[in-house]
Amino acid sequence: MTTHKRSFTTALWDFFCSLKLSISLLIGLALTSIIGTIIKQNASMDEYQHYYSDSTIRIFNSLGFFDMYHSWWFILLLYLLTVNLVACSIKRLPRVWKMIAEPTLVMDEGLEKSLSLTHEFKLAGDAATLRDKLTAFLSQEFAPPVITEVDGEYHLFAQKARWCRLGVYVVHLSIIIIFIGAIIGSTFGAKGFVQITEGQSVGSFVDRYTGKTVDLGYTLALRQFEVEYYPSGAPKEYRSFLTVLENGQPVPGLIDRKIIVNDPLTYKGITFYQSSYGTIHQLTMRDRKGGAPYKIEAADKEPVSLPGGGFAVIAESVPDVSPYMPGFTGPAVKVVLEERNGTQQSLILLQNNPQFDLQRGGAQIFTYDGKTKYFTGLQVAKDPGVWVVWLGCALMVIGICMAFFMSHRRVWARISKGQVVLGGTASKNQPGFQLHFDELADKLKKL
Amino acid sequence: METHNLINPLFSSKLFNITTICYFAAMVIFFIYLANRNRGVGLAASITAYAGFVVQTVAIGLRWQESYQLGVGHAPLSNLYESVVFFSWSIILMFAIVDLKLKYRVVGAFVVPFALLGMVWAQLKLDTGAIEPLVPALQSNWLLYHVITCFLGYAAFAVACGVSIMYLIKAKQEEAAGNASAGGVVAMFPSTRVLDDLNYKAIMVGFPLLTIGIITGAAWANYAWGTYWSWDPKETWSLIVWFVYAAFLHARFTRGWVGRPAAILSITGFIFTIFCYLGVNLLLSGLHSYGG
Ligand code: HEM
Repeated sequence: MTTHKRSFTTALWDFFCSLKLSISLLIGLALTSIIGTIIKQNASMDEYQHYYSDSTIRIFNSLGFFDMYHSWWFILLLYLLTVNLVACSIKRLPRVWKMIAEPTLVMDEGLEKSLSLTHEFKLAGDAATLRDKLTAFLSQEFAPPVITEVDGEYHLFAQKARWCRLGVYVVHLSIIIIFIGAIIGSTFGAKGFVQITEGQSVGSFVDRYTGKTVDLGYTLALRQFEVEYYPSGAPKEYRSFLTVLENGQPVPGLIDRKIIVNDPLTYKGITFYQSSYGTIHQLTMRDRKGGAPYKIEAADKEPVSLPGGGFAVIAESVPDVSPYMPGFTGPAVKVVLEERNGTQQSLILLQNNPQFDLQRGGAQIFTYDGKTKYFTGLQVAKDPGVWVVWLGCALMVIGICMAFFMSHRRVWARISKGQVVLGGTASKNQPGFQLHFDELADKLKKL
Repeated sequence: METHNLINPLFSSKLFNITTICYFAAMVIFFIYLANRNRGVGLAASITAYAGFVVQTVAIGLRWQESYQLGVGHAPLSNLYESVVFFSWSIILMFAIVDLKLKYRVVGAFVVPFALLGMVWAQLKLDTGAIEPLVPALQSNWLLYHVITCFLGYAAFAVACGVSIMYLIKAKQEEAAGNASAGGVVAMFPSTRVLDDLNYKAIMVGFPLLTIGIITGAAWANYAWGTYWSWDPKETWSLIVWFVYAAFLHARFTRGWVGRPAAILSITGFIFTIFCYLGVNLLLSGLHSYGG
C-alpha cells in the first residue's frame, strides 16, 4: 500500500517536473488562446445572437468561450504552468546552485577527459614558481584563480560569469512574479469610467467587474475640455483641465492639471486616463400657444425627460449640415422624441434656422441653441499590483539576457614541476570560447 | 473619414522604389550565386542588398524629416505602409548580421525575398504613401520603442524561417542522396548542423526582442488606458507567438527536437508571427490601428 502510494506521488512529481508537460502547456495555451481572438469576448447577448444559433451559444457559453481568458479551464492551464515551473525549478536548482557555490576546484583525470578544450605544455621552473606565475597570468588575462594543493601538485581554478547559470531561473521566477502582480491587481484593484461635465465634479466610480461603487476619497473637477484639430480636420489633441479637491480644498500641484491621451493624472493610487468626450447641446422647447420657454441640456445619445412626460434623445449632431441638407448651413441636431404613450418621431433642428421646426406642426416647437459645454470621459484605474508586474518584466528581460547572451566560462590548470595542463569549458558559445582559450594557451607558452 | 489632407512625400517615395529594385536585383544575383557558386557573384549580391538598405535608410530618414516639415512630425511607423517598409528594413539588417558577423552569405537567397515581398506589397498595394498626422492615441514615445523592438524580433524570426526552409531542403536532399553530399544548388548551403544552429541563434535574438516588444506594448497600454493587458486580439496573438517560440526553446532540451522538428516549429512560429502582424488586422478586430 505504502509503496503504491509513494509511487503515485513520485509519478505525480515526475509528471510536474517534466519538460514535456511544459512544452504541451505552452503549445496548449497558444492554441486555446486563439479561440478568444476569433470569438468576440464579453459582447452583449444581442450581438452573439446576431452571429450564432441558440444551440451554438449554449455550447460556447458552457465552455466559457465568451470570456475564455477568465474561464476555469484557461485559469487551470495557467496554474498548471505555474506548478510545472516551480516543480522543475525545485528539482534542478539545487544542482545548479551547487555548481555556482561549490565549483570543482581540481581538474582530475576524469574531468580532464570530459573537457573538449585542453592544452598540455612544458614550462621551466618548479611547481611553486609556476603556480605564482600562472596565478598572476590568469588574474590578468582571465580571472583570479583559486589555488588548491594536492599531492605536491597545484590546481588553479578560475571562472567568469558563473551567475548567468541562474538566468533561466530568473526568467521562470519572473513569470511567477508577474502572475502575483496580476492577482494583486485583480484582488485589490478596480477599473471604471467616469464622465464629468465642464464645471462639475465626481467623487466615486463604479467598478466594471464587481459593480461596486468605489469612493475616490477626494473629488475630481473638470474646469474645461478642449479639442484641437489638424488643418485636415482630424483630431490632434483632446485636453481635460482637472483639479483634485480634498475636503473641498484644491490640492497644490493638481490644480487645473492638463491631461491628454497618453498623459494621465494619478492621485492616491488612482489614475485617470483621457478616453472620450462629448458635447452638451442646448435646446429650447416652446408651446405653440405661447408661454415660458423651457431649456433642455442634453448630451449626445442620452435621454432627458421632458415636462409632461416623454423623453428627448439627441441621436446625432453635426457641426455643418450643408452636405446633408443642401441649401442649409450651420450646426444641426437630429432629435428623437418619445412621448408618454410610446410614439416616436424624429426631428431635425438647425441652429441657423430657428423657425425650421414650425413647419412640423407639432404642439411643441423646438429650437437648437447650439453647444454649451463639453463633457469628458475618463477611464479610471486603481491597480496596486502593476509595480509587481513591471518588476517581473524587468527580471524577465534580465534573466533572458543572462540565459542567452552570457556564458559561464571555466579554466583549470594543473601544475607540476616543469609541466602545466590547461583545461576549459563554457556553458554557451563553445566555438567563441575556444578562440579565447587557444589565445590564452599561446600567451602562456611564451611566458 | 477619407477627407484628410494627404500630402504625398515624393522624394522618399522614389527612393523606396529604388530600394525595391535593389532588393529584387539582390535576390536574382543570390539565385545566380546559388547556381554558379562564384564568390564574386555572392559579394555582388550582398553589396546590392546593402545598397538597397542604405537607400532605404535614407528614405526612412527623409520621410521622418518630411513629416516634420508638414508639421505632423512623427517617426515613420504609424500605419501599415510604414510598418511594412520598416519590417523589410529590419529583415535586411538581420541578414547583414548573419552575413557579416557569422559569415553565411548564402542565407541571403532565402531571407532577401522576404524583404522584397514586403517592399513590393507596400509599394503596389498599400501605397498612398502619404504621411498622415498621428491620432492622439499614437502620440507617444512608447509607440517607437514598441514597434521597433517588435519588428526587429519579427525580422529575426524571418531569418530563422528562411534558414529553416534551407535546412529542410538540404536535409531532404541528403537523405535522398544517401550519405554522399548533395550536389547542385543545395551543395552551396551550409551544413545542416550549421543551419540548425543558425535557426537557434536567430530565435535567440528574436525572442528577447519580442519579449521586450510585448512588455513595451503592455507598458504603453497601461500608460495610455490604465490596463497593461486586456486580451485584445493583437496582444493575444503576440503572446501566442511568444508561447510558440518558448516551446521551441524548451523543445531543444528534450531529445529529438533539434534539426527537422525544430525547423518545422520555426517555420510555424513565423507563420504565426505573420498572422499576428497582418492577419489580426485584416481578419480580426481590435485596438491596433495598423491596416485599419
Ligand atoms: C511550464 C513552465 C515552464 C517550465 C517547467 C520550464 C522549464 C525549463 C527548464 C527545465 C529549462 C532548462 C534549464 C536548463 O536545464 O538549463 C528552461 C529553460 C528556459 N526557459 Fe523555461 N520553463 C517553463 C516556462 C517558460 C516560459 C513561459 C518561458 C518564457 C520566457 C521560459 C523561458 C525559458 C528560457 C528563456 C530558457 C533558457 C533556454 C535556453 O537557454 O536556450 N520558460 N525552462
